[in-house]
Amino acid sequence: MPLFDSLYNFAHWLTQDREEAEDLVQETFAKALKGFGTFQPGTNFRAWMFRILRNTFLTSRSGLAARAITLPLNEEEDEMVLTPSARTPESLLLEKLQAETLQNAIAGLPVGYREVLLLADVEEMSYQEIAETVGVPIGTVMSRLSRARKAVRETLQARKQGASK
Amino acid sequence: MTCEVWEKKIDAFVDGELAQGEERAFREHLVSCAACSQETLGRMEMKRRVHAAGKRYEASSDFRARMAREVAAPRPREVEGWGWRRDWRLQLAAVMVVVVAIGISILQVRTMQRQEVIGEIADLHVSNLASANPVDVVSSDKHTVKPWFQGKLPFSFDLPELDGTQFELIGGRQVFVQQEPAALLVYGIRKHKLSVLISLDREGLEKLGSTETSVNSFQLESWSQGGLRYTVISDTAASDVHALAEMFRRAGT
Repeated sequence: MPLFDSLYNFAHWLTQDREEAEDLVQETFAKALKGFGTFQPGTNFRAWMFRILRNTFLTSRSGLAARAITLPLNEEEDEMVLTPSARTPESLLLEKLQAETLQNAIAGLPVGYREVLLLADVEEMSYQEIAETVGVPIGTVMSRLSRARKAVRETLQARKQGASK
Repeated sequence: MTCEVWEKKIDAFVDGELAQGEERAFREHLVSCAACSQETLGRMEMKRRVHAAGKRYEASSDFRARMAREVAAPRPREVEGWGWRRDWRLQLAAVMVVVVAIGISILQVRTMQRQEVIGEIADLHVSNLASANPVDVVSSDKHTVKPWFQGKLPFSFDLPELDGTQFELIGGRQVFVQQEPAALLVYGIRKHKLSVLISLDREGLEKLGSTETSVNSFQLESWSQGGLRYTVISDTAASDVHALAEMFRRAGT
């Protein structure tokens, strides 16, 4: 099935629940089949499918609850602050051990940041594709992405410092 | 531009979203700024880690099978009472979406997988050369470098003779690419460095095929020979990369 694995992974990240993720993917494919006539040939099919999934999630009960966590209004105007990040290339083994910590940091992001980070780094969508999927301007995609990454770095840094105490 | 201005562009650079001229200017700044280089390397590494950690969830086999059945045949309640004409259209739409989407997604998946491997190799080349110790065995003698890998890799390889060329062997180290152990050899030509990766040509690296490409201003050439995967990458001219690749091809036959 086209994009099935990617859509399921994204759905599970959004819902944080296996059953809800299954319902969401099922609903997405059902809507895609029904609404295929609205798909514009030549436009981005992947962004179209992810947009259906995301919009379906946002109108679900858990999606509405997730939306209640608001994002800053002045997203584009926020000043970036240099923060320390992972400095050295990690070994493969170390990466595996750290993957869970990183996954927890991603899961802890507000859904508006989490979805943009996953679309950029896991699905490797361009800023334009993400803007089409999420329905926001490219500038907002960039600022959300920047904030998401900063939050993840800070979470990892805080856990690292906590672990060394 | 000050570092503060460049710092805001790091994410766009890491995501390959800077315009060509801007990307060139950013790279020039990195050469002269250790702080921005360090930060950029950190974020490239973090993007790679998020990419791996983000592929966290897999659908159960039950759900996968259920969905395959549903996509192949619309649910009865959806077509109930719609008549044969609606049923026929729905089924045609289902077939169309699957056919079109499979075609698109196969192409996209192949391209993405290939880009992912190329990106990993480019990151490895950059981060290795930026590290304090880019090689673990330091020698310009291939008869010193090659034996150093004995017992460290599940394969053997030949290194080319460099006599009469501008290339010099700097050394080597063991690395992992696509979770496969690999030999990373560092060569120099004029003031440029070239990385040569040699590993078994297994799933993951196989996706590279025979490639000559440019990624983020790096020239990359990759090929399979005698069950091994060779990849040469550098910021030097494509002709230099190709010349070194040809020398390895001859050495491997």
